[in-house]
Amino acid sequence: MQIKKPTKSYDVVIVGSGAGGGMATKVLSEAGLSVAVVEAGPFFDPADPAQKTQLKAPWESPRRGAGTQRPFGDFDSAYGGWEIEGEPYTRVPGTKFDWFRSRMLGGRTNHWGRISLRFGPDDFKRKSIDGLGDNWPISYNDVKPYYDKVDKLIGVFGSKENMPNEPDGFFLPAPKPRLHELFYIKGAQKSKVKVMPSRLSILTKRINEDRGVCFYCNQCSRGCSVYADFSSSSCLVIPAQKASGQIDLYTNSMVHTVTTDQNGKATGVSFINKDDRQDYSIRGKVVVLAASACSSARILLNSKSSQHPNGLGNSSDVVGKYLHDSTGADRMAFIPELIDRKIYNEDGVGGMHVYSPWWLDNKKLDFPRGYHIEVWGGMGQPSYGFGWNPNDLNKFFGLKVGGYGDSLRNDVRKYYGSVIGVSGRGESVPQADNYCEIDPTKVDEFGIPVLRFHYNWTDYERKQAKHMHDTFEEIFYNMGAKVLGNKPTKEQDYGLHAPGRIIHEVGTTRMGDNPNTSVVNKFEQMHEVPNVFIVDGGPFVSQADKNPTWTILALAWRTSEYIIDQLKKQNI
Amino acid sequence: MDRRDSFKTILVGTMAGGMLLQSCQTKEEKTALQTSLDNYQYGRTKKEQEHDRKILAESFFTEHEIKTIAVLGNLILPPNEIGSIEKAEVPEFIEFMAKDYPPFQVPLRGGLKNLDRKAQALFNSDFINCSTEQQKSILDEMAWPIPDVPMNEQSMDVQFFNQIKNLTLTGYYTSRVGFDDLGYVGNIPNVWDGVPQEVLDQYDVDYDPEWLAKCIDQSTREAIAKWDDEGNLLN
Repeated sequence: MQIKKPTKSYDVVIVGSGAGGGMATKVLSEAGLSVAVVEAGPFFDPADPAQKTQLKAPWESPRRGAGTQRPFGDFDSAYGGWEIEGEPYTRVPGTKFDWFRSRMLGGRTNHWGRISLRFGPDDFKRKSIDGLGDNWPISYNDVKPYYDKVDKLIGVFGSKENMPNEPDGFFLPAPKPRLHELFYIKGAQKSKVKVMPSRLSILTKRINEDRGVCFYCNQCSRGCSVYADFSSSSCLVIPAQKASGQIDLYTNSMVHTVTTDQNGKATGVSFINKDDRQDYSIRGKVVVLAASACSSARILLNSKSSQHPNGLGNSSDVVGKYLHDSTGADRMAFIPELIDRKIYNEDGVGGMHVYSPWWLDNKKLDFPRGYHIEVWGGMGQPSYGFGWNPNDLNKFFGLKVGGYGDSLRNDVRKYYGSVIGVSGRGESVPQADNYCEIDPTKVDEFGIPVLRFHYNWTDYERKQAKHMHDTFEEIFYNMGAKVLGNKPTKEQDYGLHAPGRIIHEVGTTRMGDNPNTSVVNKFEQMHEVPNVFIVDGGPFVSQADKNPTWTILALAWRTSEYIIDQLKKQNI
Repeated sequence: MDRRDSFKTILVGTMAGGMLLQSCQTKEEKTALQTSLDNYQYGRTKKEQEHDRKILAESFFTEHEIKTIAVLGNLILPPNEIGSIEKAEVPEFIEFMAKDYPPFQVPLRGGLKNLDRKAQALFNSDFINCSTEQQKSILDEMAWPIPDVPMNEQSMDVQFFNQIKNLTLTGYYTSRVGFDDLGYVGNIPNVWDGVPQEVLDQYDVDYDPEWLAKCIDQSTREAIAKWDDEGNLLN
């Protein structure tokens, strides 16, 4: 097999088409630059009838939506998961990390929860507050103008709350709470837990002529055929392609290396075309990595040359280090008041209408970082798993559990919509010892050396998870709900999900002013390779208790403007 | 397939187990439950489509086993004026799941055989040929788990019945018939404008006016959003 000689040259080669890559594609192509986007999966458009899963009924799938093929069920819009056939990864024994990848145009923005939170001023300066980890080299005010632009371009509903670390933006009005959410509000307020309208990038109101308005099917995780929610495919890459003739999209093309010249400067990328399994190279004056935090780190570590013997731009040995995910713990409860409830359509938007931002001061607690609480429940669409153990809740009334016949039919009806769930999603403290590296013993089916993970939670995260469960139980009690299941014990890490399960992994190419302790500068430009930029979650110094997407988008926009400026000035 | 064989398949492992199980079937016993892939258009990738096609073309349960699943299903959820487990295509669904998720195969096949053995011992007949009263007397011994004992520590009879019950119910309620039986009215385009007033009244909850002021006035949803410089929505 031989590497095909570079065929085409571009101003910019962008690796990956998720939130960061999509935003870079839009901003850079609109500036008149020629752009190549190299995506490891197929083309995807949620409006394409051949790919559409929105509004499908469960019986349209022979497995009724079960998760045997796709990890979040048959109708979810993620082509991939924590395990992908032919694309293994490994873990250092005794440590845990689960790596979610979505191979498709738009990446993981096609199925994500649309929770669109700005980082607040404190979130950029955590070290100054608690002495742990590091500060970002930038502050909220550096990013604010870009958050504002993202709000207006993409659309997010929410409400002005004037909370210092939950900055307000340009919001569309929120949807009214559902019934179980009114119960949550009651319980949370009684527990002195702040609760407010959620902030999701779903259009409750029109923002332009090109995208539709939400029609409340509750299925954002399936992608929206009228583009009423944000995904990078429908809102960034596809519109940018329509607006400009300057974008070449390479799909099913997995980049394995950034190519360099004798001075160590990047010249483009090499990738394997998954269809013909041949290697190709394309050239670019600038390379923008947006393959996801771990995939971009993997590409850098696999791009070794005499100028970059430790991987591209990695003489600091920081690439892959400080990997961190959000923490997560969940609990469910039964609301006896809601048995035999009136049935009506309460699908609403795809996700919660209310949530609780972090409401306490960590100085008064035994763990350093906060979390927010997400709420779920209601009369959802039956899918695989519905009706399972239909009368387990009988035990709350001293009734027998089990049986058969019409009693089961009555039990299913009786308990429908009476269960509520909450999820805590929190900030962890980044550790140099939590990392991904190249496993020298393994390649994937494309012959690319794979990642090996080393990740352990610390007591900072465990104590936070314990606090989550204490809070969940108090809120449930105060809303008149009965907690389901036992409180997870210390031995069970207080119910903390394994790292990687919340799919907010960031930090592997962190930004900083010091080239010895960081990979990119404050413009996400590699310290050692000035024509390579990284616009995924890799440059995050710390992942707040907010979901990372809105910050990835804002930073990618900011970086793209910087690239345009530097090209004009002929600095790169 | 006898008990010794089923132990052998457990040792061989799940994937091989599936193959061994199929090899036990004689030609006459193959079911006619094959459904065309054309019935399922739901945004598959090529690879997923191939997987579905392959599974839909295979048979797992014998005709006798499928009949038993249907009889059991009708006892678990008797037909009513809205429909039946046949109308909900529950046997087809269970057939598909046994192939799509091979760990189901041994417990289901073994459980069905064990059910017949019980029926033979008690009533000298296969389960499906017993009278309804006889069938119920068998189920009465299987349908009530011991309280507060985890399912995987319950007797195999209880575990089998629990599994077939869960698959039957989930198959039923994920069908058109099941939607109608439950009264589910979602999964269609609509405009959510809050909980109906009579429901709010029933539970003594209400929308706080301050909260409501932050919510969408649905008569303005089509007007393109405009803000002032402070982020206040103007329309």
